[in-house]
Amino acid sequence: MSREAKLTRRETLLKLIAGGGALSLSGCGLDARSPAALAVLEKAETLTRLAQRALLAPRQALAREYRPEDISSYFRPNGSTAPDDPDYQGALAAGFADWRLEVGGLVENPLKLSLADLRSLPSRTQITRHDCVEGWSCIAEWKGARLASVLAAARLKPQARFIAFFCADTLEQSLDGNGRYYETIDLVDAAHPQTILAYEMNGAPLPVEHGAPVRLRVERQLGYKMAKYVMRLEAIDGFAALGRGRGGFWEDRGYEWYAGI
Amino acid sequence: MTAASRALSPATTRVVLRHSALTRICHWINAVCFFALLMSGLQIFNAHPTLNFGQTTDFARPLLSLEPSGFPSWATLPEAQDLAVGRRWHFFFAWALVLNGAVYLGDLVLRGGFRRLWPSPRDLRDIPRAIVDHAQLRFPKGDEALRYNVLQKLAYLAAIAAFPVLVLAGLTMSPAIDAAFPWLVDLFGGRQSARAVHFLLASFLVAFVAVHLAMVALSGLVNNVVSMITGRYRIEEDNHVA
Repeated sequence: MSREAKLTRRETLLKLIAGGGALSLSGCGLDARSPAALAVLEKAETLTRLAQRALLAPRQALAREYRPEDISSYFRPNGSTAPDDPDYQGALAAGFADWRLEVGGLVENPLKLSLADLRSLPSRTQITRHDCVEGWSCIAEWKGARLASVLAAARLKPQARFIAFFCADTLEQSLDGNGRYYETIDLVDAAHPQTILAYEMNGAPLPVEHGAPVRLRVERQLGYKMAKYVMRLEAIDGFAALGRGRGGFWEDRGYEWYAGI
Repeated sequence: MTAASRALSPATTRVVLRHSALTRICHWINAVCFFALLMSGLQIFNAHPTLNFGQTTDFARPLLSLEPSGFPSWATLPEAQDLAVGRRWHFFFAWALVLNGAVYLGDLVLRGGFRRLWPSPRDLRDIPRAIVDHAQLRFPKGDEALRYNVLQKLAYLAAIAAFPVLVLAGLTMSPAIDAAFPWLVDLFGGRQSARAVHFLLASFLVAFVAVHLAMVALSGLVNNVVSMITGRYRIEEDNHVA
C-alpha cells in the first residue's frame, strides 16, 4: 500500500470517528428540537391530560393542604417580580384603589370588580405547595375569591369552554407584541373548589413580587398556570386567536398547556 | 451426541434460543427509552440543578448542588438549554417506558421468569466465589453460561425493581398525581424527596448500564449482541470426557 493511500485511509477513519461523535442523538444526526419531532412528542401531552383527568375526576380530588408550620420561610418569586408597565405602576402607586378586575367575553353579565368586591365574594383559604416547572417547591397560605363564584356572578354563556387571564406584566419584549403574560384554563379547573383569585398570601395583602393585587391559584397544576397581576378575565370558546395560539405565555414558548405534571 | 464423540471434535458449539422475541423487543425499546429519558432528564435537572429532601426547596441548604450550570450540554437532550423541549422528550419516552415495562413485567410474571432471577440459598453462599470469578473475568461455559449467576440475578432484580420506584418518584413530582394519590407524597417523604430519589435511582441505573455494557463486551460481545437481536446464543461445550 502506498504512503498516500495509507494517509487517505487514516484521514477517512478520523473523519468517521469525528462524524460519529457529531451524530450523537442531540447532535446534527437528529435535531431534537425540530418541529417534526416535537409534533410527535406533543402527542404524549394529550395522553397525560386524559389519564390524569380520568384519575382525578371520580373523587374531585383536592390538592394536599399543609399545616401552618409547613409554610416556607422564603418563597421564591419567579417570572415578573416588578412589572414596569406604566398602567400597572400607576395602579400600584394608588394602592389599587381604582383597580378593577374586568370579567367579560362569553358571559351574560360582564363585571368590574374592585378589591372590596372580590373580598365580599365567597372566599377560600388554603395552605398549598407551589411546584415550579423548574423543579423547586414552596408552601404558602393563599386567600382569595373562588373563581367559580366570580363566574357564577358573571353567568357563563353555554359556548364558553375556557377562561383566559390577561395580566399587567410584559415578561418579554418581543417584536410581535406577544410578550404580555396571559394564561388559559378549562372549565374543569375553573370550577375546582381550590381555584381562587388570591388577594392574600400568608395573611397579608399579596406582595408585588407574587402578583399584587390578584393572582390565580390552580393548585393541581404547575406554577406557570397561576397567572400573576391579573387585570381581566374572559370566558372564551378557544384560544387560537390569543397570543401565538397555544393558550398562554409559556405555552407559546413550547411548554405544555396541560401542566399537571 | 455422546461424550466420547464430543471429545473428538475439539471446538464443539451449539446454538440455543436464549431470549424470546418479546424479551428482545422489550429490551431494545427499553434501551432507547433509557437513554432518551436519561439525557432529557439531565436537561430538566439543569433547570434547577440542586436536590433537596422534604416537601419544599431549601434554596440556602441544598442536599446536592451542581450550580450554576449543571450537567454539560453534550449529556443533555436537546443539547442547548431548553427545559420545554426536554420535558416533551421526557414525558413521551416516559409513556413508552411504562407501557413497554408493563408488557415485559407481565410476561416475566406470567411465564415464571422471576424464578430464574430469584437467588437460591446456595446462590447466596456462592457470592464470594462469584465476586472472585468476576474480578478475574472468568466466565462460565457450557450449560452454566445459560444460567444467571448470583451477581447477575441480584443486579437484574435490583434494576427491575428500580424502574417502578423511579417511575413512582417521577409521578410524585406531578401536582395532579399528588392530588389523586396523596399517599405517594408520604411514601417518598415529600415532593423534593421524590425528586432526589428519582435522581439517585437514575444514577443507580446509569451504573447498572455501565457494568452491564462492560460485561456484555467482556463475556463475548458478538455472541451477546447477536443473541439479543436474533435470540440465538452460541455455547461452547466443555470438551471433557465424562
